Formats: sequence, C-alpha cells, structure tokens
Amino acid sequence: MEPKIKHSSPVVPPGGRKEMIRIRDLHKRFGDNHVLKGFSLTLHEGESLVVMGKSGSGKSVMIKCLVGLMEPDEGSVEVLGKEISTLGQSELDELRSDIGFLFQGSALYDSMTVRENLEFPMRRHAQKLGLGKDTLPFVLEALENVGLAHAIDLMPVELSGGMKRRVALARALILKPKLIFYDEPTSGLDPITSKEIIELMRSIQRKYGTSSLIITHDVDCARVISERILLLVEGINYAEGTYLELSGSSDPKIEAFFKK
Amino acid sequence: MVYIQSIVKGIRDFLAETGQLAFFAGRFFKEVLKPPYEFRELLRQCYQMGNRSLMLVLVTGFIIGLVLTLQSRPTLIEFGAESWMPNMVGISIVREIGPVITALICAGRIASGIGAELGSMRVTEQIDAMEVSGTNPFKYLVVTRVLATTLMLPLLVIFGDIIALYGSALIEFLKGGMSFQLYFNKVFDALSFGDFIPATTKSFFFGFVIGLVGCYKGYYCKKGTAGVGKAANTAVVMASLLVFFVDFMAVFISDIFYEL
Ligand SMILES: Nc1ncnc2c1ncn2[C@@H]1O[C@H](COP(=O)(O)OP(=O)(O)OP(=O)(O)O)[C@@H](O)[C@H]1O
Ligand SMILES: [Mg+2]
Repeated sequence: MEPKIKHSSPVVPPGGRKEMIRIRDLHKRFGDNHVLKGFSLTLHEGESLVVMGKSGSGKSVMIKCLVGLMEPDEGSVEVLGKEISTLGQSELDELRSDIGFLFQGSALYDSMTVRENLEFPMRRHAQKLGLGKDTLPFVLEALENVGLAHAIDLMPVELSGGMKRRVALARALILKPKLIFYDEPTSGLDPITSKEIIELMRSIQRKYGTSSLIITHDVDCARVISERILLLVEGINYAEGTYLELSGSSDPKIEAFFKK
Repeated sequence: MVYIQSIVKGIRDFLAETGQLAFFAGRFFKEVLKPPYEFRELLRQCYQMGNRSLMLVLVTGFIIGLVLTLQSRPTLIEFGAESWMPNMVGISIVREIGPVITALICAGRIASGIGAELGSMRVTEQIDAMEVSGTNPFKYLVVTRVLATTLMLPLLVIFGDIIALYGSALIEFLKGGMSFQLYFNKVFDALSFGDFIPATTKSFFFGFVIGLVGCYKGYYCKKGTAGVGKAANTAVVMASLLVFFVDFMAVFISDIFYEL
C-alpha cells in the first residue's frame, strides 16, 4: 500500500467552522468484497466538498451510510453531531429532515405527478415547515428555483433526463435542509445540461447557504463547484486538496482523475 | 452425486426462502397495527387491484361455467341425473373452482404486477428515497398492497362465482330448456351456509399470500433490470404454489370440521 498523501496547506477551514459531517475509519464489506477500508471525511458548515472515485469504488455506499440506508461494519459516522448508528427510527427521521438527498438516477416516484413527488417529503415533516395543509406555495417555490414551475402536473415519464434531475433537486431541497448530498448530479446528462445543473447547484448554495457533499467523477463539475476535493481510491481517502493542488499533482493515481 | 447435491441445494434454498417469507409476514403483522395508517394509499391500491383483474376474472369465470356444464352434461344424462346439474356445478364452483381459479388469475396478474412495480422502485432507488424522506416504505408500499389483495380477493371470487353460474345456467337454458330462475333456485337449495364460510375464509388467505409474495419478491429485488423481470416471474410461481398449498390446508381443515 502506498503512503497516504495529505495536501494540507489551505485545507484547514477558516476560523474553526462547525463540523456538519464527520466520518472516521469507515469499513464496509459485502461478502468478500471489502469496499470501504477505513475511509474518513469531515464536512464543515457552508462548505462544498467533492468526493471523487472510480466507478464501483464505494462512493454511493459511503453516502448511504451517512443517511442510515446502509449500516457501516466498523467506524463512526456522525451527522450534525449525532452518531447515526445510535439513533432510533424517529430520531433518524428527524435528522433526515435536515438532509436533502439527490439520488444517482433521480429516483422520482413514477406513479406520482411532479407535484405529488415534491409533496411527499412534506407528509411527515409539515410541522417543521410551520405550515398546515396548503403545500402549494412550497412546491411552487421549489419548482421555481429549478425553473420548472410549468411542469407541476406532469408525470415523471413525460420529463426529459435533465428535467427529472431538476425535479429531483427541487424535491431534495423542499424541506430547506441544512445539508445536501448529491450522488453524481450530472451522470447520464449531456455537457450542456450538466452545466445547467451545476449552475443550479451553485445558485442554490448561494441562496440557502447549505453545506454540500458532492459525489462525482465529472472533472468539470468538481472544478466549478468544489472548495475541496477528496479522492477515494481503493477504499480509503487517498488524497485531499483544492482542485488546483490535485490537478497539478504528479502522483499517477491522482493524475488519472484529471487527465482529459 | 452432482444430482444429489443439486437436490440438497434446492431444498436448502427453498427452506431459506420460506424462512425469509415468514419473517417478512411477521414484519407485516408488526407494522400493520402501528400508526400512522396509510388509508388513502390503501383505497387506491384496492381500486387498482379490482380494476386490473375484474375483467379477466369475469371472462374466465363465464367460460369455466360454460365448459364445466357442457362437459358434464353427457355423463349426467347417461345416469338420468340431468336435473342435478345446478347442484353439482353450484357446489363445485362455490367451494373450489371459483376461489382457486380466481386466485390463480390474480397470482398471475397481481403478484407479478406488484413484484415488477416494487422491484423497479427498488432498483431505481425510489424505495430508498421514500425512506430518506421520512416515510416508512414498508408501511406505505407493502402493508397497503397486502391489505388490498387480502380484502379484494374475496370480492373478486364472489363476482367470479356469480358469472360462472350464469354461464352454466345459460347452457342449461339453451340445451335443456331450464329457466334461469329454476336453475338458481336449485343452486341455492344445494348450497348451505357451511359452503360459503370456508370458501370465503380461504379466499382471504389466497389474497394475503398473493400480496405478500408479490411484495416480498419486489421489495428484495436484485439490482439491474434482469432483477425486476426475475422478481415478477418468481412471484407468480411462488404465489401459485402457495395458493395450492393454502387450498390443500383449507380443505384438510374444513374436512375435520365436517366430520365433527
Ligand atoms: N447492496 C449491495 N450488495 C452487495 N454489494 C453492493 C451493494 N451495494 C454496493 N455494492 C458493491 O459495492 C461496490 C461499490 O458500489 P457503489 O455503488 O458504492 O459504487 P460507486 O462508487 O457509487 O460507483 P458508481 O460511480 O458506478 O455509482 C460495488 O462493487 C458494488 O458491487
Ligand atoms: Mg454510485
């Protein structure tokens, strides 16, 4: 195993910002397939951190451990100061209302209209929004943020891939989460649509100041959106730094990510 | 040797599968009583189940009534027992043929439909998305569907029985000149309350296993589109087998009661 490189200069966050996520020494196996072998990560308040890794390196597994969809075999996963594995169902649901999750394939409910898709997260968390029965203003605001207010009554099958991704983004943001996780926000989209999605992510970031964790292997996406990049190689956090630092590295494993 | 090994493996897989299904059923009973209840989704599912299979059940029932009567007529005439036709057809349809045929149709139509629907929701991460947004997907998807099939199957059986008897009465009218009124009077003379109770009870169980197997196969669907096809397929096979098993148990038990 090669030594772990830390590009440590400007990675230290200014003024000790609050830690939103803290993963320490995460291990996850599926039978003989040892996917994560001691992965660690910290995300600070208001920061956007990009995690890059090859296909099958366990990025989705890592992000699923963060929201309690998978249980880690070893290690600690703290989100907003709470250790996920110690939470009961209702505490976990409570915590999840502070997290927006954009799934890799959008994961819109295909038996529901766009409006019902957006209303779904509000079923359990209406009181958090401090609003009664009338959810329409929230749905409209979320759709306007992604420029799709006219699509409110369409079914997911009637939407293009890019529109689906935007609706999914609106759905992830509807509860005004403190944290948002993007699992490959641009995968399967053409370069122009990808750019639009990235722009949307940035504008949302500016508007609501959410902290974001972005998983991607799209170099353009990483360049535009990241304050800090973390490379996941062979189950561990192999290197960490800004886009400029990492893309200038001469380590072959790091270079492989940024070669065009 | 290889042959014996594959038999042993087959038996072991079968037992493991049965155990998991029992566990799934246990989870159903645990969650069905816990609030919050998903009434709206339950109603929607009931409507869909009925809507999807009513026509098929009616057509099949009608044809079975016709065929059963046409084929038994020569034999009954030979014994001079032609006038017993309504009794014979009535008893065999209400006690056995109606429930079993309806259940098999629903195993083919509903169990596979649920298997494919939940399977594709699993594969496209819609079930994960539900969980993350604070709605218990087991309650929302599984409990409602199993309840819906359990409640709807007895209704479908009643419709199927009635139309099968109409088919039979039609043949008697055309071939033997028996009036519809006389036919149905004879049917109701032949049937006692003791025929309806076991038939209806087992219909509830048929509905339960059909919904349960469909949901089980879909909910634990393997990734990939092949997984969805397999979930739908194995759901039909397993549901049909379980229908026969439940039928056997029901006949066995009601036989004990008749002897008392
Ligand atoms: N539920 C599961 N059961 C068994 N193995 C799994 C499961 N989920 C993931 N894996 C395995 O874990 C490994 C990592 O999967 P993961 O989906 O995290 O990859 P990824 O980094 O997100 O890749 P991609 O860029 O293709 O999305 C893969 O080898 C996969 O086969
Ligand atoms: Mg992934």
